[in-house]
Amino acid sequence: MHYWIGNVGHLCVLIAFVSSAVSFFSFFKASNALNPQAEGWRKNGIFSFYIHAIAVLGICITLFTILANHYFEYHYAYNHSDSKLPTHYLISTFWNGQEGSFLLWMFWQALLGIILIHTNKFWQAPVMTVFALVQAFLSSMILGVVLPVIELKIGSSPFILLREVMADAPIFKMQPEFVPKEGNGLNPLLQNYWMVIHPPTLFLGFATTLIPFAYCIAGLWQKKYREWVRPALPWALFSGAVLGLGILMGGYWAYETLNFGGYWNWDPVENAVYVPWLILVASIHTMITYKNSQTALKFSIILVISVFVLILYSTFLTRSGILGDASVHSFTDLGLSGQLLIYLLVFLLAGIILAAIRWKEIPSSEQEASVYSREFWIFLGVATLCMMGFQVLVPTSIPVWNKIVDIFGGNSNLAPPANQVEFYSKYQIWFAIGVGLLSAVGQYFWWKKIDKKELKKELQTPFLLALLLFALIISIGSVTNPVYMLLVLAGVLALVGNAKILINLLKSNPNLSGGAVTHIGVGMMLIGILFSAGYSRVVSINNTGLLYSREAGEEFNRDNLLLFLNETRTMADYEVEYLGPRLELRENNGFIDKYGVMLTDDRDYVVLTRDQQIDALKLKKGDTVRVYGENTYYEIQLRKEGKTYTLFPRAQVNPDMGGILSSPDIHRTAIADFYTYTSSIMRPDQEKEWSKVQELRAKVNEDFFANDFVSTVTNIVRVNEVPGIPLQTEDVAVKATIQVKGANQDNIAEPIFLIRNKLVGRVSSEIPELGIEFTLMNIHPETNDFTLGYKTRQKDWVVIKVLEKPMINILWIGTLVVMLGFSIAIYRRYREFMLMKSKGQEV
Amino acid sequence: MKKSHIIIIVIIAAAIGIIMTTAGDASTYVTFTDAYKMASQGNDESIHVVGELKKNASGEVIGILEGADKVSFSFLMIDENGKEQIVQYKEPMPADFTKSEKVVVIGKYVGEIFMAEKILLKCPSKYQEEGAPVRGA
Repeated sequence: MHYWIGNVGHLCVLIAFVSSAVSFFSFFKASNALNPQAEGWRKNGIFSFYIHAIAVLGICITLFTILANHYFEYHYAYNHSDSKLPTHYLISTFWNGQEGSFLLWMFWQALLGIILIHTNKFWQAPVMTVFALVQAFLSSMILGVVLPVIELKIGSSPFILLREVMADAPIFKMQPEFVPKEGNGLNPLLQNYWMVIHPPTLFLGFATTLIPFAYCIAGLWQKKYREWVRPALPWALFSGAVLGLGILMGGYWAYETLNFGGYWNWDPVENAVYVPWLILVASIHTMITYKNSQTALKFSIILVISVFVLILYSTFLTRSGILGDASVHSFTDLGLSGQLLIYLLVFLLAGIILAAIRWKEIPSSEQEASVYSREFWIFLGVATLCMMGFQVLVPTSIPVWNKIVDIFGGNSNLAPPANQVEFYSKYQIWFAIGVGLLSAVGQYFWWKKIDKKELKKELQTPFLLALLLFALIISIGSVTNPVYMLLVLAGVLALVGNAKILINLLKSNPNLSGGAVTHIGVGMMLIGILFSAGYSRVVSINNTGLLYSREAGEEFNRDNLLLFLNETRTMADYEVEYLGPRLELRENNGFIDKYGVMLTDDRDYVVLTRDQQIDALKLKKGDTVRVYGENTYYEIQLRKEGKTYTLFPRAQVNPDMGGILSSPDIHRTAIADFYTYTSSIMRPDQEKEWSKVQELRAKVNEDFFANDFVSTVTNIVRVNEVPGIPLQTEDVAVKATIQVKGANQDNIAEPIFLIRNKLVGRVSSEIPELGIEFTLMNIHPETNDFTLGYKTRQKDWVVIKVLEKPMINILWIGTLVVMLGFSIAIYRRYREFMLMKSKGQEV
Repeated sequence: MKKSHIIIIVIIAAAIGIIMTTAGDASTYVTFTDAYKMASQGNDESIHVVGELKKNASGEVIGILEGADKVSFSFLMIDENGKEQIVQYKEPMPADFTKSEKVVVIGKYVGEIFMAEKILLKCPSKYQEEGAPVRGA
């Protein structure tokens, strides 16, 4: 029992909560410049924020220590980890639970708070007031304190003991000091490197949305209506980049790990971060407009507040359990829904009220934007982005709507659309077309004040080029759907139009090229998404004309390929062959042949039954190696034009979970991905159907045919050891070594003939690669030969499904280009800030 | 009329349009009895039914029939009104299925059998941020 460490953790949580509250109060006091003690309060605020940050770090270290040392008396460690997980996955168990992910979020915000304290003294007090308040709310989520008298539980602590959670379990009644030997482990789908980096990125994105919000609130509060935009903008750009990256990483993880065949599934969980990101991008546009032409300030204020409120709303949606009946992801309500709701409402109302009070004082330009002004086009783009978000937000909020109707005594049984992907795609594509077109045209207005005539001149060349490229793409990709054509056109226009601007800018001022680069990336992403999602097709078509299974339905029989071991089939332009099941090594990279090992009681240890070589690593027969026993990989070879490619789709048979989890492997080519997963596998628990035993007589070193396989008995010897059977002194054991020629290699079977107390025992030997089993039936010393028995079964098989995802690389390259564009823009704004600082402004 | 007014009107119209289409395309949570009625009246929309798996006295899930090839299965589900129904799913059994505390099936009746296109699970005491998803229909 390691109670003290949990107590340290608890203490840190309490300190973190109290110090953030103190910090909030102090900064609040310090924000009033007329207060004669403002300076003292400010120092106090900084000091307590530092205490807070140290306490947050302390909580993180404590929790990680518990996980790393496998203290399974703690519920968090028991529930999310086990002792076999390698370190990098232990890190991901840290944020596997809700408490840990709150902690991750707090950690980033504490860090960002400290950076802000030191970079911008001018805004320090009011901005940090907002920061500290948010930190207090977040700390309260992991408090785990029960208020006396009213019995109200506040927060859910990550340091709660297992016996406190399962107080009713009989084991804890009998043995209060009981500590489980092993934890529940981490969901295998989350044992993926993306799960190590995706959550921190996403939560850094969440955390950074607070900064523009804090500046905006500070600006409204301190009546610095114009000034807040300057410091908020670079952070908004940073946030847009990081949050976008986080979302894409999640998509990429889903693509690589899950088998629903795509990177985006329009699940409420995904929508909940997609919407704030769109609005964040919209707010960046209005802020830039404001900086350049003093318009759209009010609009910026509304959008910046909305982004943060939407982030809180998304937290509420995904953590309150309200989506329980609407999402494929499983959520459990930790009892925090009330707290989350208060958190959401406080900032929603604070934002609205503050903006409303100050509304009249906020400067705005009454001037009507001309159709040929950049403001007009940016405004259209921003409106498109907002509507794009709104269209996703409304259906995602259906469960909330039901709840509200319930509260008012009504009854609403609306459910989200049954086919989410189809529903959202059909509307979002129109907004995407709008975004593409506007980002092409809008950029021209951005760089020049132009009239009709000039616009024509400017647009002529890129428009013609785009048309050419468009014609090329739709003919090569055979795009016939008119809506898809429009999207291709929009994407190409955005790409070509912005490329021209980029070329001009590179000549004059490369620092300003962020916008053009980002929009080029957007154009590429649109084209990549259209082809990879819109033209994804099944290539594993059943070309045998045979039904695999009557029960499974037409689709399964049509769209899957049944591969028998070592039998080549054709698929698209490829030859495809199943080479056998493999196990992944724990200590080294690589796979070993599952046929060449003997399983042990611990599924993570196997004993080699023959020599195996994995790259440079030589493993000897009899060696024990550690593997990831829960997973079996199916080696699939693809061959085309003399080149071979190997894929290892994974399947996990988990009797506890009652199902097969399969994860794809992807064959990547320049123009398309071949996304491959096992749709059905042989179940190890399933009885195999064997033929009747055939008998034959054989001599040593004499070829015979066993079920068409050329076979030879190469050796027959007396042995002193039989695996699995302890021999007694009088026992006689004889082992025959039979070599069977297979398609790719010679296989060995070693049946054993055993005599004990004049009774005969026979240990058969199977060659799973060939589906044949040999038994040494009898030995005839008088004729110097022996009787062999063999029986056969259907060869091992696997059923795979392969989807082709054309041009998906354009999407990935596009996202990288977008990130590059964001980085250029951030760098530019950062330089601006440093310049201001050196002039003595805003320090 | 000013241009900005036109734009605002267009935006408001689009917003109303979005709400209307959402209401139009939304599915509904119903009971098996209602779902059956809908199907027999020729309404072939997919709907959501919430319920639990059938369990015996000792809490074990009963009534699961796996297809011989393990790529499809059927199970017994009890909806919120206590009606028992055979549900057929043409995909392998999703992970954590038997552990689920609540099941949501999305699909429709074909004859006397409810054909699920998608299954959502709610599992006890295991928050997984993005875990255990079921392959979409």
